[in-house]
Amino acid sequence: MMLLTCPFCGKRNESEFIYGGPVGADRPDPNAVSDAEWVEYLTVTPNPLGPVREKWWHARGCGGWFAIWRDTRTHDIVEVPDGTK
Amino acid sequence: MQKYSVFSLARNALSGHKNWPRAWQSPPLKDRYEVVVIGAGGHGLATAYYLSKEFGITDVAVLERGWLGGGNIARNTVTIRSNYMRDESIPFYVKSVAMYEGLTDELNFNMMHSKRTMVDVVQTWPKLRELRRRQLTMDIYGSTYEHITTEELRRRIPALTGGGPDARLPVICGMVHTDAGVNRHDAVAWGYARAADAMGVEIHQQTPVQSLIRGNDGAIEGVETNRGTVRARKVVVAVSGHTTTLTETAGLKLPLRTMNLTAFVSEPVKPLVDVIVNCPDSGFYFSQSDKGEMVIGGAPDMGQSFRRDIKQHVFEDTVTAMLSLFPSFKKLKLMRQWGGHLDIAHDASPIMDQTEVPGLFVTAGWWGGYKAIPAGGLTLAHLVAKGEPHPLMAPFTLGRFRHLDFVMEAGTTTAR
Amino acid sequence: MAQSNRRASGGRIDRNQPLQFTFNGKSYEGFKGDTLASALLANGVRVTARSFKYHRPRGIMGHGPEEPATLVELDGEDASGNRPATTVPLRDGLSARSVNCWPSPEFDLGGINQLFERFLPAGFYYKTFKWPNWHLFEPSIRKAAGLAAAPAKPPARGHFEARNAHADVLIAGAGPAGLQAALEAARAGMRVFLADEGAEAGGSLLHRNLTIGGRPAMDWVADAVAELRGMENVIHLQNATVWAYREHNLLIVNQRDPEQDSILERSWRVRAGEVVIATGATERALVFGGNDRPGVMLASSVQAYVNRWGVTPGQRVVLFTNNNSAYAVAADLAVAGVTVEAILDSRNTVPKAALDLVSGITVRSGTVVSDVRGHKRVRAVKAVPANGGAGTWITCDLLACSGGWNPTVHLWSQSRSTLRFDEELAAFCPDQAVQSCRAVGAAAGVLTLDRIVDGGEDLTYRIEPLWRVDVPGQRGKAFLDVQNDVAVSDVHLALREGYDNAEHVKRYTTGGMGIDQGKTGNINIIGTVALQKGVPLQEVGTTTFRSPYTPVSFGAIGGLREETVLFPYRHTPVTQWNKDNGAVMYEAGARWRRPGYFPKPGEDLQEAVNRECRAVREGVGVYDGSPLGTFELKGRDVPQFLDFIYSNIMSSLKPGDGRYGLMLSEDGLILDDGVAFRLDEHRWMISTSTGHADAVNQQMEKLLQTEFPNWQVMITTVTSQWNNATICGPMAREVMHALGTDIDLSPEAFPFMSFRDGTVAGFPARVVRVSFTGELSYEVNVAPRHMAELWGKVMEAGAPFGILPVGSESSHVLRVEKGFLSLGHEVDGTVDAYDLGMGWAMSKKKPDYLGKRSVALRRSGGGTRRELVGILPEDPNRPIPEGAPLTPGGRKEATDGLVTACVWSVVNNRWVGLALLQNGHARQGETAHVRVKDDVIPVTVTKPVFHDPEGKLLRS
Repeated sequence: MMLLTCPFCGKRNESEFIYGGPVGADRPDPNAVSDAEWVEYLTVTPNPLGPVREKWWHARGCGGWFAIWRDTRTHDIVEVPDGTK
Repeated sequence: MQKYSVFSLARNALSGHKNWPRAWQSPPLKDRYEVVVIGAGGHGLATAYYLSKEFGITDVAVLERGWLGGGNIARNTVTIRSNYMRDESIPFYVKSVAMYEGLTDELNFNMMHSKRTMVDVVQTWPKLRELRRRQLTMDIYGSTYEHITTEELRRRIPALTGGGPDARLPVICGMVHTDAGVNRHDAVAWGYARAADAMGVEIHQQTPVQSLIRGNDGAIEGVETNRGTVRARKVVVAVSGHTTTLTETAGLKLPLRTMNLTAFVSEPVKPLVDVIVNCPDSGFYFSQSDKGEMVIGGAPDMGQSFRRDIKQHVFEDTVTAMLSLFPSFKKLKLMRQWGGHLDIAHDASPIMDQTEVPGLFVTAGWWGGYKAIPAGGLTLAHLVAKGEPHPLMAPFTLGRFRHLDFVMEAGTTTAR
Repeated sequence: MAQSNRRASGGRIDRNQPLQFTFNGKSYEGFKGDTLASALLANGVRVTARSFKYHRPRGIMGHGPEEPATLVELDGEDASGNRPATTVPLRDGLSARSVNCWPSPEFDLGGINQLFERFLPAGFYYKTFKWPNWHLFEPSIRKAAGLAAAPAKPPARGHFEARNAHADVLIAGAGPAGLQAALEAARAGMRVFLADEGAEAGGSLLHRNLTIGGRPAMDWVADAVAELRGMENVIHLQNATVWAYREHNLLIVNQRDPEQDSILERSWRVRAGEVVIATGATERALVFGGNDRPGVMLASSVQAYVNRWGVTPGQRVVLFTNNNSAYAVAADLAVAGVTVEAILDSRNTVPKAALDLVSGITVRSGTVVSDVRGHKRVRAVKAVPANGGAGTWITCDLLACSGGWNPTVHLWSQSRSTLRFDEELAAFCPDQAVQSCRAVGAAAGVLTLDRIVDGGEDLTYRIEPLWRVDVPGQRGKAFLDVQNDVAVSDVHLALREGYDNAEHVKRYTTGGMGIDQGKTGNINIIGTVALQKGVPLQEVGTTTFRSPYTPVSFGAIGGLREETVLFPYRHTPVTQWNKDNGAVMYEAGARWRRPGYFPKPGEDLQEAVNRECRAVREGVGVYDGSPLGTFELKGRDVPQFLDFIYSNIMSSLKPGDGRYGLMLSEDGLILDDGVAFRLDEHRWMISTSTGHADAVNQQMEKLLQTEFPNWQVMITTVTSQWNNATICGPMAREVMHALGTDIDLSPEAFPFMSFRDGTVAGFPARVVRVSFTGELSYEVNVAPRHMAELWGKVMEAGAPFGILPVGSESSHVLRVEKGFLSLGHEVDGTVDAYDLGMGWAMSKKKPDYLGKRSVALRRSGGGTRRELVGILPEDPNRPIPEGAPLTPGGRKEATDGLVTACVWSVVNNRWVGLALLQNGHARQGETAHVRVKDDVIPVTVTKPVFHDPEGKLLRS
């Protein structure tokens, strides 16, 4: 159980949060990209062996969404969350 | 290959077991092979074995970063079953289960295959509806799934004393999947390795592949290892959680992400449960190993992770759910816990295909891939040898993503 | 029975408190302060166990959690299995049995396996038991394995519990280093959490006759404990094992025997700023022929029994060592009046400081033990020059061995911190810390007291590694893992066959995979592998240290959270009424417990459902719609937000009006369906399905906070602020009138898909005209505090019209008759709106909304799709199981559809169903075939609506 820092509430146990997935590419204009680009946007997410930027929801707390960098090898939080994207 | 039998065992006993040959050799690494398989896990070794056995391709090197059989094949909960929901999946797993049943003879290595039946403990009506859907579709492919009453369920699993009428989630009934079994996991790796080795396949341990090499034409040319360059026109990536780590070195993007799935065992106790118990509504399953340990699996940790340990809150939820149905386990003791990282595709179904890099093959996205090893190895070998997908694996190629035609199995949602 | 091996005095036991206990059915006496092991030794019980594979007789070898040999099963209220006898506190009436032997460890029928030892080498089962198949052998092998029986029942009394704690520093281990660290941290004002697995603080000082500042070391311990007890910033627990070290400095502590009687064990989740690992060191066994015989013990354990428990495990002792620590043991034994026959030291030169401790005792340097004589007890040991040569037998009844010390690095390693092999200590020691932790004392490789506590006096530690005795002519089996019966020959076989990685050796031989996790023997396996391969030991490396450090009961891990704590209920104010009125209640998704149906006495499900459905179709019914997810959205940008998350256009709605819509995922799959109402210019209310309310909320918040942070939309979850009774059926309007309302109910003034605020039955209410049954419906929303009362008034006002409560089974029938979707039935993660015949919900006007592009892309692939149709079994009385596949011609081949629902329709007086069928929209009127195993059921394909296809009734 990690200790995550909610930008509004401070350090809380991971069990208060819901994982929201990695931060991928920005949503492209669906009318301006090719099929292949759209499929890649939808299905390919960053999967680094190292820090990944990901979203968390403080669902059992303030309800805020925020992003953090977490090292997938160690669970180390490698940077303080800087609020929402 | 020295034949293993009770007779060879007795003969060797008389000579103090001094004359057993090596199960596999350690030949020098060549600089070129017809096929390089990256990863000496279950799928990699099986692919190499069937390449030589079924397709006569023996100039194969299996390159392993650590020790043979040390990936998820060493970390899974050894369950083999075919109770899937969709036409795409069921025949594949039916084939795999059948192949497992013959594997001891095929490889002359005791897999300790125990076709001991899986029993589902059903606690909600929507789950029962889903399982009945599976049942009737599975029947078409010859896989069995039968409904049993709660009384029969409790007779077959005497330790199931929770889930009574006043429980939070009362037990409704059971479903019995008689095709399911367990099989010693290490034996699968060692058996395939030994048999592949005997046909000329080379297994190189402690040989991490650092990157993939593409030629000027874009096709795969080989791999870069800690022991130098190894050339091959066909390279198979069978490295589970590290698939994207490797394929990114070839500039390839795949719809995969890596997660950690954990399991734990109890202390060994005398025989108590002789079936695989699956409790989908409560989120755990277990079976009792031949050594007596309860081998227990539960929910995954949803975040991406290459870390092989367990999150305490996830673990506690699994244990608590188990104690609700099996209260006598309160004084049973946890002996060991561990995790394994595996990659999961966007639609949570496996990916077996030649990638857009000609000559580069992947087998990935295995979530519960242990049960798929024989069929996965055979069908991938077919693809590598013949250049076209085996019909059983056709639904699992990358092409399905082109039009977002996901293979959505029950109990899974998209990975996003 | 006399305690024949109990010393006349000494030890930390209370001779005034004798305790009676039984072991394998025989009665014995011990004292308060004993463990089961010390009491058995005091009573001269030598054979206490049989081994796992060969059923060799075994005795007690250790004195703590490292004990590899003697596992016992406790009877009665204590019932639990596989407990090392060394960790079972003695209490009056304790009843214990050896595991894995029958009828007793003294005379064990399984002992016959010893005759076949040579046929059962490592991995023998991979090579045999193949013919005719494993099933023939498996049951007997399973029975033979498994050690103790599993507890048959949960504990009869008491419960487990869990607690959280925060500490500036958590200290694992209350030996000298741990106590020292605790004192320093506590005096500095830090919040200290000190946990130690033993019954008493002191660690090795409990059994070593050392001094600190000229006083007995235990006086120093007593002072330290007393000082800590007086400090409010200290939590000090004994009988508390730190068993797991997780990420972000979370540690899990299992506390046994907490002070309250009702609590069996307590689990502590401790989040620590810093962790101090002061877990001491574990003595290693030595490996030689017959090193498992009863009477071969760890030297420090012999010392512990003599000093701490006042027990002499033997009268004539030989010590075998490769390091200095055994000399202090010899000295203590001599003081206790035990005859020390000899000290055999594998080193060629013994440091003078060690020799000085044992004047008068024979010391033979450069000498090893090669074999042991004696089957159920040691009778003699063979002393052989380490470089070979003739040996001599020395008669003795106890062999105390010290193979050196391993820092107890389990927690250190679990934290993912690294280890290094220290040549001087010949042991793996903590290296780089990864989390905020450090090791101190023996756990850090500091093996003498003088370097841990000021004023401590101790013998300097010196060792020369001896991983196994290797002299010619050895006869007995030399065990590396006593618990799993893994001998040197097994490791050699594994290496010979190519299983030459440390993990391969472990798995092939099972060495180190026992309950003790190889605490005394793993290092010898690694050393044996290194010797055989001719590589440095560090190159072989260790296998992974995994939690738990020692086994911990599942009850303690689960705490008090079973059942409704883990899976809490959601329920509405009508729950009690439902129960009082005979509803069959069950889980209905999203943790809601809802009424399934309301059977009258003697009625079965179908009869009850038919009655409820007929009421709705012909008269009036009412159901509790409160669990539907309800959200209020407020702000300038709600219209464009709703247009983005729904596939159809919502922004054009006028205040007071509503619209049904679909929500898609970006993948183009259907996420949810529901209705949106515009309350006023900037306020909206949307409803979701019960099961997906949380997921929809998550998606909306995620979009607003991460994708569109500048949009002015505020979302409030109002599911539990509005409860509703939905009155439905042709007589619904009459019931509304009977209830009394100030809302004009005429269809012109209050049409379908609109809402009105007013009062109903005297309560402030929001009445919404939606319909999930296809009948005229009024969803009367009130505050929860009024719900139960409203419900009663509805039943009262509806009585003249024959109103009935409607459960979820009937709701299902009513929606199927209308062809309304149900998530989880028709929507199963593969279909899109067009497949469902709801292409009208896919806006063409809006350039973009969630899922639009994906739906278009998926449909551009060509090919046919599974589409929603109605089905009528040709035999109207033939029900079809939900989920049954349709196949071409009913043949046993790949499916081309599935039945999503099938119900008895009271309006059609027949079974009707819905199905997803390949190319189904074009196949209306055709016959399709459902396959239920070998039974083929022909059905007619129809439109998916069986009641009021024009929708006149719901608009009436």
